[in-house]
Amino acid sequence: MKFIDEFRRSELAQGLVRRIRQNSTKKARLMEFCGGHTVTILKHGIRQLLPPTIEMLSGPGCPVCVTDNADLDKAIALAQIPGVILTTFGDMLKVPGSRSSLQKARADGADVRIVYSTIDALQIAQENPDKRVAFLGIGFETTAPTIAASVLQAEQEGISNYYVLSLHKLCPPVIKALLDSGEVRLDGLICPGHVSAIIGSRPWEFIARDYSIPCVVSGFEPLDVLQSVDMLVAQIESGRSEVEIAYRRGVRPEGNRQALALMERVFEVCPARWRGMGLVAHSGLRLKPEFERFDAEFAFEINPGPVVEPKGCLCGDILRGVKTPQDCRLFAKVCTPESPVGPCMVSSEGSCAAYYLYGAAGE
Amino acid sequence: MEPLVSDKILLAHGSGGKLAHELIEKSFLRAFYNPLLAKLDDSATFDFSGRLAFTTDSYVVNPIFFPGGNIGKLAVCGTVNDLAMAGAVPLYLSLSFIIEEGLPQEDLLHIVSSVKEAAEEAEVQIITGDTKVVNRGTADKLFLNTAGVGLVPEGVDISGSKAKPGDKVLLSGTIGDHGIAVLSQREGLSFSTKLQSDCAPLNKLVADIIKVSPQIHCLRDPTRGGLATTLNELAKQSKVGIKIEEDKIPVREEVQAACEMLGFDPLYVANEGKLVAIVAPEDAEAVLKAMRKNTYGKDAAVIGEVRQEHPGRVVMKTRLGASRIVDMLVGDLLPRIC
Repeated sequence: MKFIDEFRRSELAQGLVRRIRQNSTKKARLMEFCGGHTVTILKHGIRQLLPPTIEMLSGPGCPVCVTDNADLDKAIALAQIPGVILTTFGDMLKVPGSRSSLQKARADGADVRIVYSTIDALQIAQENPDKRVAFLGIGFETTAPTIAASVLQAEQEGISNYYVLSLHKLCPPVIKALLDSGEVRLDGLICPGHVSAIIGSRPWEFIARDYSIPCVVSGFEPLDVLQSVDMLVAQIESGRSEVEIAYRRGVRPEGNRQALALMERVFEVCPARWRGMGLVAHSGLRLKPEFERFDAEFAFEINPGPVVEPKGCLCGDILRGVKTPQDCRLFAKVCTPESPVGPCMVSSEGSCAAYYLYGAAGE
Repeated sequence: MEPLVSDKILLAHGSGGKLAHELIEKSFLRAFYNPLLAKLDDSATFDFSGRLAFTTDSYVVNPIFFPGGNIGKLAVCGTVNDLAMAGAVPLYLSLSFIIEEGLPQEDLLHIVSSVKEAAEEAEVQIITGDTKVVNRGTADKLFLNTAGVGLVPEGVDISGSKAKPGDKVLLSGTIGDHGIAVLSQREGLSFSTKLQSDCAPLNKLVADIIKVSPQIHCLRDPTRGGLATTLNELAKQSKVGIKIEEDKIPVREEVQAACEMLGFDPLYVANEGKLVAIVAPEDAEAVLKAMRKNTYGKDAAVIGEVRQEHPGRVVMKTRLGASRIVDMLVGDLLPRIC
């Protein structure tokens, strides 16, 4: 079908695979930052097609997975406040916090509603003037602009019972933190396509320049990923390190100016807690003081209680790329999509869920 | 059908009193008329000889009307298909209504006429039933239950445990049509599509298959959980591996597009008018031909084969030529689609 089949064509894929195999002589560890890329790679069996010189590592690019337990607890506690309707993207429902999950809180009587966009959340606020409606703002630069727009709309239309719990995270600072930690050595980075559609390719330039790591911004279809690997191999083999865009149909170097302006208008950069990485400077977004009245952190007294980390769960290490799901003793035994211990097994973009669902078949 | 006195269904319609009789006589009995039902005794009685297949299913689909069908058509087709998957010729159905007070009479009559049409197409008779009306809020508009009996022809022995290495896996048509058609009507998620549910009675398709391959090994309709879940069930029950090929599985453009948009995999999306047949390799060609001649099997394809390796698992050759595991559906993809 149009725009799907074109990017899954077998003969084109075979051609790219042949070229990668021919050109790749140096050992290379490539990280796909984004959970969406991990899913594409496993779902289509791309790892099996790559030569032994290339190792693929999954990165921290799953917004659900990197949400820290302290923040999850906060969201759950917010949902439990009487008179609150918590609206959220569906992915967050099953993620276990220290003691509960939004799904369990809902079963215990909390009003938690899945929405597909902030427009739905605003509508719920308008329809329930006697309730306070909070939106759980999880996501990267991709979702932040629409949430910024919802705050502006609430202001404009005088919707005074709408709040945002902003747990947004920014991608380039966390890559920097990852590289500075020295834990992971990378020879190439597949940069997230949808995040880059908003921020452009320029925010990745410091990686190529300061760390000499080749970067390619990739789309999410199998041919996109193969083309990105091919472009990374070409850079590695010729000793270049640049930021290139394989996802030209979605990404421009300067990004989406309108979306960036919306973010800038409503949010300011702050430190953020990442699962497995702790507090990372300049990697979060909070509402600017002038929008404080929409900020759930200010509007509510949220008492989440002490944080408990799940025992034996390696999600943090997996998100940093230092361990793979198979290294985890809980993987596929104690921790499964039906009864997840860590968030990487819950999210549709989580590494553990992708390994569990699509694990390469022993032929 | 003659209109009822009230334009809404009231609690009294389920009370067994006058309004209940009016509902039964003016609506149900006229629509489904047959001598066994017309006796209106507490039980329908009939003579029977041979091997019997017996099944039941409840229908709680939301919304009750969807493109290509409604809960009434679904309640007939679902149970007819469960009988057909045992190779049985469906004969009689029971039909029970649990109605939420306030359901528009017009909706109920529309659904009753769909039940009638579907039953006529499948050549089954509704010979007993029940009606309950519950307070507003204690059911969602309308729930249906049907049970069915059918006759298994002599010599036919179909079971999910009979797949053997070397067998071919056939699929009767495109996957995911029902789940996506229903989903497209959901509140908060409405998107426009011309897609129709594939909801259909498959008993005649099964009869066509059995005619050319009486020894057919397995038949199953991939409803909830989709094709992936059905193939996993068959692999586990038969203790064999199943290998399928991604590019052999027919998927409509609209379904593919909706799945991409919503983050679903068509392999897990429900069908209500498709079947998977596992047949001996020498029968595969004849079965495929027979399926394609039937309206409900015109897009049929051989999608894979049964293997000795990886027992209990389903493996798919991807379009890129790699292979991956296809697991059962975990969790709930689309709640209440049937």
